[in-house]
Amino acid sequence: MSVLLIAEHNNKNLKPFTLNAITAASKIDAEVHVLVAGSGSESVAKEAASVPLVKKVLHCDSPNYQNYLPENLAPLVTKHSEKYDHIVASANTFGKNFMPRVAAALDTSQVSDIIKVNSPDTFVRPIYAGNAFATVKSNDKKRCVTIRPTSFEPAPKTGGSAQIEKVDAADVPNFSKFVKREETKSERPELGTARIVVSGGRGLESGENFKLITDIADKLNAAVGASRAAVDAGYISNDHQVGQTGKVVVPDLYIAVGISGAIQHLAGMKESKIIVAINKDGEAPIFSIADYGLEADLFKALPEFLSELNKLNTIQK
Amino acid sequence: MKILVAVKRVIDYNVQIRVKEDGSGVHTDNVKMSTNPPDDNATEESVKLKESGKVKEIVAVTIGDDKAQETVRKALAVGADRGIHVKSDTYIEPLGIAKILKKVVDKEKPDMVFLGKQAIDDDCNQTGQMLAAMLNWPQATFSSKVTLKDKSMEIVREIDEGLETVEVNLPAVVTCDLRLNEPRYASLPNIMKAKKKPIDQMIAKDLGVDITNRVQQLKVEEPPKRKAGIKVANVAELVSKLKNEAKVI
Repeated sequence: MSVLLIAEHNNKNLKPFTLNAITAASKIDAEVHVLVAGSGSESVAKEAASVPLVKKVLHCDSPNYQNYLPENLAPLVTKHSEKYDHIVASANTFGKNFMPRVAAALDTSQVSDIIKVNSPDTFVRPIYAGNAFATVKSNDKKRCVTIRPTSFEPAPKTGGSAQIEKVDAADVPNFSKFVKREETKSERPELGTARIVVSGGRGLESGENFKLITDIADKLNAAVGASRAAVDAGYISNDHQVGQTGKVVVPDLYIAVGISGAIQHLAGMKESKIIVAINKDGEAPIFSIADYGLEADLFKALPEFLSELNKLNTIQK
Repeated sequence: MKILVAVKRVIDYNVQIRVKEDGSGVHTDNVKMSTNPPDDNATEESVKLKESGKVKEIVAVTIGDDKAQETVRKALAVGADRGIHVKSDTYIEPLGIAKILKKVVDKEKPDMVFLGKQAIDDDCNQTGQMLAAMLNWPQATFSSKVTLKDKSMEIVREIDEGLETVEVNLPAVVTCDLRLNEPRYASLPNIMKAKKKPIDQMIAKDLGVDITNRVQQLKVEEPPKRKAGIKVANVAELVSKLKNEAKVI
C-alpha cells in the first residue's frame, strides 16, 4: 500500500497546493511517494524530499516534461504507477488536465475533487456545485484521486530527507505542442491561498471601477476575486474568477462586493471562514450566507470602507 | 472535416437542487432539465467552424434515457446535421461514457470531438480527457479560443495562472470553457426543421464495452449550513465587527 502523488511546480519550486495534496495523500496512506517530472527541476525534487510526510521522491528530468503537457505526462505517470494503489494530484487545472488520461490508461474510474478521506477507498466529494456532498467508495484496485487543495492544510515544508530516485522517462506521442503561457503577474497574494479575498461582481459596472476593489485589497494585503458576470463583462481577467467553473477559495475573510450570489459563485467561496457582503439589493442571495451584510451602494461604501481601514492603527497581515 | 459534439442532459443550472431525505441522491422529479451549459458552448463552436466553411458535418451525440434526446434536438436546432442517442436508463460514470463515445468515434471517424469541460451535476471533469487517452489523441481542455488550421488546432486554454496556448494535431478532443463563445438561441423555424433531422439510436449495453460502475455512491447529504449572519447598519460598524468580533483584520 502506497500513494504516488504528482507534484505541481514551475521547475524551480513546488506550487503551494502540492503541499495540501501531500497532506490529503498522507491520510490515504502514510507511504507517500512524490513524482517530480520536469526539466531542470533538481531544486523541486530536493524541496519535495525535505517535506517530512514524503517518504520517497521519484524524479524524472526531461525537456518533454517542462510544461506538463498531459499527452507527455500521463504516460510517464502510468509507467510508474505499477507499485502504487493510489495515484493522486491536486484538483486544479494541473491535475484535472492529466489525471483522467492516467485513469483511462489504467481502466480505473477516477474520483475527482475529494474534500475528505474517510478510508483508503472511501471519500467525500462535492457535487452539484457543492450543494450536496457525496460519500463514495471506489471498488477499483488502483485508484486515481484528485484532491481539492483548499480542503486540506498544507504539509510542513522542512525537516524531512526522503531518498530521491531518478526514474526513466516514457515515450512521448509528439502530437501536441506547448506554445506559450501568459501568467497574470501580480504583487498581491495568490487567489487560491490568500488569507483575505476581496471580490467584485457586475455591480462594479466597469473595469475602471475595479480600482475600488483593488485599493481595499492592497490595504488588507488581500487577493482580488471576481464573479463570472464581472469576468464575462470584461471588467477583469478570467484567472480572478471564483466559482464552480473558476477557483474555489477558503480564506479567513471573503468580501463580496456587488455580487448577487448565484449558485455558481457560492460554490467557490461559501466555505470561507468569515463572509462579508456589500450589495445595494437587500434581497440578494449572497446575504443568506454572509456573516456580515451591508446593504449599501458600493460606490459610497467602498471609499468609506477604505477610509475606515486607514483609521485603524494595525491591520493583520 | 467532421465534428462529433457530445451533449449531456442535466438539472438546469438555475435550479436549487434538493437532497433526498433518504440520502440516495437529489430530487429530479418535476425538476427543470436542460443541456449542460458548457456543452452548449461546444455545439456553438462546432457550428461556427461549419459556418467558416472548414467543417462539412456536425454529429451531435448524447448518452442517457429517452428524454436525453432533447439535448440532441437542441443541438440540431442550432446547426448540427444529425444526431445519435445512445440509450441507457441508468447512470454511467465518465469512464463508461468515454468508452461509449470511443465506440461512436470509431464508427463516425470525426476529425474533432467537442465536449463541455465539466458537467454541472457530478462535477467530475473527466470524460473528454479519458476519451482522448482511449483514442490516443491529443486534447485541449478548458478551451477559450479555438483556431482551426489544416492539420492542427491552436487553442487558448484557461488555467489557474492565466492563459496557456497549445497546438494539437488533428484528430483531437476539445473541451470547452463557458467563455469560448456565446451560444445562440435556436429560431422557431430551425426548431421545426430540427424535428426532421435524423437521430440514430444505439443501446449502451449492446456496444460491447464494460460500463459497470466502479465507484459506489454510499450517501448524498446536504453540506453543513452556515449560521445566519447579521446585517450591519454602516461601514464603521462593519469594520468594528471585523476587527473586534471576527478578529480577521
